[in-house]
Amino acid sequence: MSDRHDTLVEVENLQVHFHLQEGIVRAVEDVSFAVKLGQTLGVIGESGSGKSVSAQAIMGILPMPPAQLKNGRITMYLPNNGMGMRSVVLTDLPTRGGEFRAIRGKEIGMIFQEPMTSFSPVHTIGNQIMESVLLHIPNITKKEARERAVEILGRVGISRPERRVDDYPHQFSGGMRQRAMIAMALACNPKLVIADEPTTALDVTIEAQILELLKDLQEEFGMAIMYISHDLAVVGGVADEIIVMYLGLVMEHASAEQLFENPRHPYTQALLRSIPTIDGTLERLATIQGAMPSPFTEHMGCPFFTRCDQRVPGACDVRRPPIVEVEPGHKVRCVLYE
Amino acid sequence: MILYIVRRVIMLFPILLLISIVSFIVIELPPGDWVSNYITNLRNSGIELQEEEAARLTAMYGFDQPSYVRYAKWMQGIVTKGDFGWSFQWGKPVNDILRERLPFTILISFSALILSWLIAIPVGIYSATHPYSITDYIATILAFVWVATPGFLLAFVAAWLVFHYTGFSPLGLNSTDFLDAPWNTAKLIDRIKHLILPIVIIGLSGTGATIRVMRANLLDELKKQYVTTARSKGVPELTILFKYPVRIAFNPLFSTIGWLLPAIISGEVIISVVLSIPTMGPTLLRATLAQDMYLVGSIVLILSSLTVLGTLISDIYLAWADPRIRFEGTGK
Amino acid sequence: MTVQEQSSRTAQELAGQPDEGLAAIPEEKLDVRSERFYYAKQWELIWWRFRRHRLAMISLVLLIILYLIAIMPGFASPYLPQSRFEGRQQSPPTKVHMIDENGGIHLPFVYALSRELDQKTFKYIYTEDTSQRYPIKLFVKGEPYKFWGLFETSRHLFGVGVDGPPLLLFGADELGRDILSRTFYGSRISLSIGFVGVLLSFFIGVTLGGISGYFGGIADEIIQRLIDFLLSIPALPFWMALAAAMPRDWSVTKTYFAITIILSIIGWSGLARVVRGKLLALREEDYALAAQAAGAGQPRIIFRHLLPGFTSHLIVSLTLAIPGSILGETTLSFLGLGMQPPAVSWGVLLGDAQDMVVVAQQPWRMIPGLFVVIAVLLFNFVGDGLRDAADPYAM
Repeated sequence: MSDRHDTLVEVENLQVHFHLQEGIVRAVEDVSFAVKLGQTLGVIGESGSGKSVSAQAIMGILPMPPAQLKNGRITMYLPNNGMGMRSVVLTDLPTRGGEFRAIRGKEIGMIFQEPMTSFSPVHTIGNQIMESVLLHIPNITKKEARERAVEILGRVGISRPERRVDDYPHQFSGGMRQRAMIAMALACNPKLVIADEPTTALDVTIEAQILELLKDLQEEFGMAIMYISHDLAVVGGVADEIIVMYLGLVMEHASAEQLFENPRHPYTQALLRSIPTIDGTLERLATIQGAMPSPFTEHMGCPFFTRCDQRVPGACDVRRPPIVEVEPGHKVRCVLYE
Repeated sequence: MILYIVRRVIMLFPILLLISIVSFIVIELPPGDWVSNYITNLRNSGIELQEEEAARLTAMYGFDQPSYVRYAKWMQGIVTKGDFGWSFQWGKPVNDILRERLPFTILISFSALILSWLIAIPVGIYSATHPYSITDYIATILAFVWVATPGFLLAFVAAWLVFHYTGFSPLGLNSTDFLDAPWNTAKLIDRIKHLILPIVIIGLSGTGATIRVMRANLLDELKKQYVTTARSKGVPELTILFKYPVRIAFNPLFSTIGWLLPAIISGEVIISVVLSIPTMGPTLLRATLAQDMYLVGSIVLILSSLTVLGTLISDIYLAWADPRIRFEGTGK
Repeated sequence: MTVQEQSSRTAQELAGQPDEGLAAIPEEKLDVRSERFYYAKQWELIWWRFRRHRLAMISLVLLIILYLIAIMPGFASPYLPQSRFEGRQQSPPTKVHMIDENGGIHLPFVYALSRELDQKTFKYIYTEDTSQRYPIKLFVKGEPYKFWGLFETSRHLFGVGVDGPPLLLFGADELGRDILSRTFYGSRISLSIGFVGVLLSFFIGVTLGGISGYFGGIADEIIQRLIDFLLSIPALPFWMALAAAMPRDWSVTKTYFAITIILSIIGWSGLARVVRGKLLALREEDYALAAQAAGAGQPRIIFRHLLPGFTSHLIVSLTLAIPGSILGETTLSFLGLGMQPPAVSWGVLLGDAQDMVVVAQQPWRMIPGLFVVIAVLLFNFVGDGLRDAADPYAM
């Protein structure tokens, strides 16, 4: 899919279904992408597009049951004690086994959407950051782990970290908690940080600060970021590459520039039209017609068919179009480009 | 924290006051006051009672005065002298009767509470971490049946089973051979053997509900985001389970003392009746049947106060366990 | 907003949030026939979900059967509760046969019994007289009784007829009375007291809980303390004390209502707490604020907007409160503080068998206890099913 040397995580043909009493939710149908070393991959999509589920699959924290990994392969490339690279097929590891646990938290850190509920209310922030350090860094003492927690808290912009480290989550504001969450994810210098809508629950001003912080930290630590959001404008500001997802499928995959300048898929085009611009004349913002289909429906053709303004009846609704490369580094899943 | 405890203790007083008023209402409830009943009874049984004598009795218990004065007198006796009044049926002070029985009530109730947790907590944890497994189903169904079975029925069947299969009669506090025997090891063992059955039955009757509370709380906690967070740090499952959700699920469990304790005291009353153990239960039953109202009222007062105190202790523990309350008023 | 609008509103919310909610989706029982689901009324939704709950459904059917028995005990039982069968005192349950002496297979039938006293053990020995079979018949003519006190009839659901031997399926007590008939008649008091008691609790609970939750302030504070108090005292000693104050010579009806009141005095507090909690939560809901903003008056907000939001919760709480009343009556009557003979209730029947010796020799005397356990279990199962069903959208 992409060049081996700069690839950190490769996801190939991922398919995840949720088996519920009422039927099967095809959360992820066919998703492939790669996260490159030190780069930011933006994942954009509406609720129900499968972007969070894909992230959970990489982390090995899918709720199983009801989730079921039907198909696909997730590979992570890690340095082999300074001797070249070794590849670990995450999808082959038992998710609760020691091998996977050694990767979770150590090589991949995750930032969740809800800073309010992501911390245990009865343990101090420091305790929860130290937990990951103590688990993953061999022979570290409690004192050193604490120093590490203080240091990283300071780095994410918590003032007087040596005191706040003993605070409980309820003593932190929402923005501070999200900073602490980032500190927790970064505590072991992971190669990849998955940020699952990290700013959705925050004020706009704080959102900007957090985005800025993530960029700074990336420059400093050089980790790759997989940034998940429903907000195209936010992703555009941070991502090198972007994938656009809809109902469990990757619809378009391009560099941020290509995507904004030359969006190919009707869905992406519609999304871009719905972003308000400051310099634009005052007119009604475009919306995407219709609503998301029920998550239980199985789509024969393109799942966006029902809402698409450029649909080709007889073609789109019959067969799912393959994803094709229309120009170098720019792939689209649409009959218009086949 | 200290502020919280002080506030909570102050709040105790109106409730204790309310309990005492209700207990007193219970005493006064039977139609006609008991002194006149008593006098009628005496006369009916052929004892000649002079009018002055009757008036003296009436005055002695304050029945020539309005009821709030009698209440004040009763309360005054309790608060200043720890005197709960006079039992007619027994012909001695209520205090003497309760002094022999209250310790057993407390001993049995407390042991039952501990036992019920010892069983409920591990079973609840197992049920919640293996939901919809066969063990979970069996535990759930057993819990349901426990909840649905009246305590006296349970005591009945259990006592009968014990007697039927071992030939040991679990009734009373001691076997008849030991009743008048001096204290020695054999008597002590016999006493303990007699206490096991009531403790187990009372404990078990609270267990069903407790298992369900533990299971439900833990299931809730296991779904919380912070569990996923811990998992995403690579923490082993068992560590996650005991460090986070179990610890948090303990708190609601502790708060169930609020209703578990009343239930256990109720259970102790009825099961002691069935197993004829001389605790507050049979005493209360006999007093109610005889309308010996000062004894009835005092027992209701004491048992209610006990549960209220138990709830207070559990509340203070809860406050201490929750950092949001613990640090209230100190620092930020 | 009407109920329909409210449910479709939440349905839309649901449809719009499955991604982050994926972990939560297993909770939701989205109907695959979604069109119908989106526009279904609240009650339909509850019913659909309830029907899927198999245990609750079976329990509901069994409960209905129990209540049918309680409504028509005369018809359902073969004898009157006070009829005595001479020579059958303490008789064990009559054996029902389907195979006769010669191995022939028949519909269920019984044999006549003869009784002898064993001179050594002083126990009765029953021998079956196999010369004649007495088939158990449906809709048989038996002892006359008054149906609902309206008209006299002598039809019973089953029996062996007037000329047959006594059919004592649950055995007899020491006066030779049929325990099955007594249990069925006893269900009248035992099962109805649950309902009546809870209904009374319901009125007190909803009124006080409503006042408390809606007006807040001092009223709320006082009612809250009262609830705390009632929930914190042990119910049984309190019930016993109150029952003790009840004169022994009261009529059955008077005692019945007195016990109902005694049970409700504590019972309402739990319901009131539910009502208050729900009202407080709903008052803050957007749609209540929207109604207020639209200029709706207070009563309109309460009855038209808030009440539909938690009637289902109320019904669940009611269902789960009934077992408490049933157990309360049984316990009090067992202790001799509740219903008094000649009234029959399950507790009275169990109270008859209070002696360990009686139970050891006549274990069938505990059968009414089995009915208590089953009735309470059924209510709990139905209540649990309803609770799951009543909250179609809650997380």
